[in-house]
Amino acid sequence: MIRLEQVTKTFGSNPVLRGVDLEVPKGTSMVIIGGSGTGKSVLLKCVLGLVTPDAGKILVDGTDATKGDRDAFLARFGMLFQGAALFDSLPVWQNVAFRLMRGSLKRPRAEAREIAIEKLRRVGLKPDVADRLPAELSGGMQKRVGLARAIAADPEIIFFDEPTTGLDPIMAGVINDLIREIVVEMGATAMTITHDMSSVRAIADNIAMLHGGVIQWTGPVAQMDTSGDPYLDQFINGRADGPIESVR
Amino acid sequence: MALILRLLAHIGRAVLGVLAVFGRVVIFFAQTVSHLLRPPFYGREFILALLNIGWLSLPVVGLTSIFTGGALALQIYAGGSRFDVESVVPQIVAIGIVRELGPVMVGLMIAARVTSSIAAEIATMKVTEQIDALITLSTHPMKYLTVPRVLAALVTVPVLVGIGDIIGVMGGYLVSTYSLGFNPAAYIQNTVNFLEPLDVISSLVKGAAFGVIAALMGCYFGINSGRGAQGVGAATKSSVEAASILILACNFLLTGVFFSL
Repeated sequence: MIRLEQVTKTFGSNPVLRGVDLEVPKGTSMVIIGGSGTGKSVLLKCVLGLVTPDAGKILVDGTDATKGDRDAFLARFGMLFQGAALFDSLPVWQNVAFRLMRGSLKRPRAEAREIAIEKLRRVGLKPDVADRLPAELSGGMQKRVGLARAIAADPEIIFFDEPTTGLDPIMAGVINDLIREIVVEMGATAMTITHDMSSVRAIADNIAMLHGGVIQWTGPVAQMDTSGDPYLDQFINGRADGPIESVR
Repeated sequence: MALILRLLAHIGRAVLGVLAVFGRVVIFFAQTVSHLLRPPFYGREFILALLNIGWLSLPVVGLTSIFTGGALALQIYAGGSRFDVESVVPQIVAIGIVRELGPVMVGLMIAARVTSSIAAEIATMKVTEQIDALITLSTHPMKYLTVPRVLAALVTVPVLVGIGDIIGVMGGYLVSTYSLGFNPAAYIQNTVNFLEPLDVISSLVKGAAFGVIAALMGCYFGINSGRGAQGVGAATKSSVEAASILILACNFLLTGVFFSL
């Protein structure tokens, strides 16, 4: 389980997180929604330790995320970045097997390649993609390689940052289905950031809406349409009028 | 009075800013050394850096050195002939190239070619979240990006300086023998007899120091780059400026040190 207690983060004079409380039960898929610049990515990065919160506690299975062995902690995570963040200088299979070729999870090179090709197949990519460089792939293929890398070491927790941004609707649907399948099959705990409401409905068990630096509403995805929360209502229906200012 | 105070405040802020950057660079260097001494080590990254910094810099180093040596021979001959001492061309070319121009030219070429490329590559990695991805994959960016490059520069730039010295002296030799009428055998004899081991040692030590500066500046400004294309551009520009200035300042200090020996 991931638990955030009163997490705050300010950049310069801009308070982004003002006391976030959130709980993600083990084996569930939590989707965080909210307007651009409301701190959704910062929240994920705080959990991973890429951004240090000013105050508050982040507990993963009851253990403080900022303490203990960083390598062992990060080995439990997989992350799909918004722009895939593939390493340009490495062929696709080495990107996917990056974690398996070094550190505590190191495997023999041939075995790492085999696992990488299997994970590529899992996300719908053919083995001949393995030896190409990331720059030779389309945006959708890069995203799928990023997804393969995120699941390569069978992590317990997977984060997805805007998994469908910049993709056409069909490819977005493919990625959504893949994410759902992976979460269900692997039994992983997932946290996803997205603006895409079709993604939310396809991926989420629970959703949390981040607004004004706090969790404005959280609950099961089934209750999203009948929440009665004016902020959530305005956001999911994409209305310009409402409590959320359209000019921010 | 208020204007003078404002001016002083501006100067003060600029000086403090420069000192702060200098302090951060020193800390960055100390962190690099600390990571250099602790595993894991990334052999593949080190070999790639060796090739990129060393092997691929050979053409630019060779061409710069040969033209510099040739031009130096012409200048010394023209200047020396005013005092009837044009015969000292081999000795002055040798000492000028080996002790001063060779390492400085190679250092500046490395700053232009390698520092800029390291800074642009790492800054782009930062902008595209590749550095965050490295961290989430349990890989320390300093171990994976900085240590192999700095170590490769420490090893290869002295070799490049040595090669540049030889090519520079050969540039002087070619101009002197083919255009100024020097005897080829006597030219080489004079060069070899005049140079002392300390001249060569100072050249190589300078090369090692300049290599570390060049790679370190590329990594530092790359990792600390701002956002977007503008951030990458600014990081690249600042890295080359800082590396060039530090190489020239370090050259002055090392020349002073070797001069006093």
